[in-house]
Amino acid sequence: MAEYSALSLLANAFKGNKDWKPAWRKPDPKASYDVIIIGGGGHGLATAYYLAKEHGITNVAVLEKGWLGSGNVGRNTTAVRSNYLLPANTRFYEHSMKLWENLSHELNYNVMFSQRGCLNLAHTPAQFDDYARRGNAMRHLGVDAELMTPAEIKRLIPALDISSDARFPVVGGLMQRRAGTARHDAVAWGYARGADRRGVDIVENCEVTGFLRDGDRVTGVTTSRGDIRAKKVAVAVAGSTGRVMQLAGVETMPIESHVLQAFVTESLKPFIDTVVTFGMGHFYMSQSDKGGLVYGGDIDGYNSYAQRGNLPIVDEVMSEMLALFPGLARVRMLRSWGGVCDMSMDGSPIITMGPLPGMYLNCGWCYGGFKATPASGWCFAWTIAKDQPHDFNAPFTLDRFHRGLVIDDKGQGANPRLH
Amino acid sequence: MLITCPYCGPRDVIEFTYQGDGNRERPDPASQNFEAWNAYVYDRLNPAGDHNEIWQHSGGCRAHLRVVRNTLTHEISSVAFVRGDHSSAARRKAEDKP
Ligand SMILES: Cc1cc2nc3c(=O)[nH]c(=O)nc-3n(C[C@H](O)[C@H](O)[C@H](O)COP(=O)(O)OP(=O)(O)OC[C@H]3O[C@@H](n4cnc5c(N)ncnc54)[C@H](O)[C@@H]3O)c2cc1C
Ligand SMILES: [Zn+2]
Repeated sequence: MAEYSALSLLANAFKGNKDWKPAWRKPDPKASYDVIIIGGGGHGLATAYYLAKEHGITNVAVLEKGWLGSGNVGRNTTAVRSNYLLPANTRFYEHSMKLWENLSHELNYNVMFSQRGCLNLAHTPAQFDDYARRGNAMRHLGVDAELMTPAEIKRLIPALDISSDARFPVVGGLMQRRAGTARHDAVAWGYARGADRRGVDIVENCEVTGFLRDGDRVTGVTTSRGDIRAKKVAVAVAGSTGRVMQLAGVETMPIESHVLQAFVTESLKPFIDTVVTFGMGHFYMSQSDKGGLVYGGDIDGYNSYAQRGNLPIVDEVMSEMLALFPGLARVRMLRSWGGVCDMSMDGSPIITMGPLPGMYLNCGWCYGGFKATPASGWCFAWTIAKDQPHDFNAPFTLDRFHRGLVIDDKGQGANPRLH
Repeated sequence: MLITCPYCGPRDVIEFTYQGDGNRERPDPASQNFEAWNAYVYDRLNPAGDHNEIWQHSGGCRAHLRVVRNTLTHEISSVAFVRGDHSSAARRKAEDKP
């Protein structure tokens, strides 16, 4: 019987809910493993899950310096989409989307994946043409995309002012209906439980402080809970990539750490049932299942490892929100927070073997890696297990910058703060 | 965050534009040293701690400033005009800060 089913809910309800097992054990780290994954975020946990499930590699530890979900996986605004322009990105993110579509079933864990759509608003004819181009590129590769007229948009989002008097008139939009949102914590917990049940040790409060080396080769890690050896060491630490790679003696990376803020309002009645993005600035919003509006905008835009932001961006995001929805002026903001993003020089991720022998690297997610969680774990597990990339992640190498093969969906490289 | 412009005094960060990492050294435009260009365009130290960076006081005197700022605390330990400390020796000095 599945651990979570109508029957198990009922049975446990009658027994006072005393028989539920913890979702993952709290093992002490062993002296050695086949694979160590540094970072218990969504990507690290998904990697462990697919290593065990797809490749039968179960002698694996995930080392997390804090508690599961304390990083970006628990800090993001939960938007999931695959509406990219360049084929390498489209293929990778669409693979992710397909995994999302079956994820709750696969993990027997409700990640509340909700395909409520994602609409990019265009405010000039040129921008609309650009979206048409992107939509065509997506449809070429079998991804759903649909251009919408202002009248259709008005029916979808009644609160939006589409009149020509609007501060930024709406010319049209690009909609991906299969896009949407997912419950971010549940994604981490679901993968954690799935990996744990297959034998993976998830070790929390275990900070990696250095690397064990045999010449060039990485042979394990030093941690706040002792030395641990491993045949393969995989790094998936999102915003901490620069710091952790320096521990391995890799002094520079094509990455800068920047803080991204997010916001949520008090709960409202149903207001908007899609994800909407503003084409005149950088603003996006959706409504959570609890009723709060969840929204955000640009990164603060200068190097930062502080998991909090500064006021100018708060100001900017609020004014963008009001430019789109003046009616929200008196809604109260409940909370805001920040997360540290590893902004890569072309805005695309790195999932690769190396850069040292025995090491594997997963990073450069910028502010968009939550949607990638399933495919990132799936591809990284493949790469670790087989010592070669899958076709889906073959373009996402570390040396692509050096070789002139950047994947620059926004055309803003090499300026990490502009992605 | 306040940045103390040597010309205008302490001003809110909103008056400034971040111009990026101040450690990078642009190779001579005529140079064909591929590795140097690659490092200039893509490689970053990205330290957790003091960071040598360039800001422009775009909403004030418009000078370009060399700022040493802590990326963990946002504390600023020095601000100087970029012009006047062009030499790579000065840059190294800022880099060497603990
Ligand atoms: C405010 C905000 C909004 C976002 N919105 C979206 C969105 O709407 N859609 C989207 O697709 N993406 C979004 N993102 C991006 C997305 O959240 C990240 O790209 C993605 O979650 C990163 O992968 P991860 O989950 O593994 O990272 P994390 O959850 O950050 O995992 C990395 C883990 O490594 C651990 N770690 C670090 N150093 C060490 C060490 N030395 N030893 C042991 N462990 C260590 C950290 O504690 C952390 O738990 C957003 C990000 C932020 C900050
Ligand atoms: Zn000034």
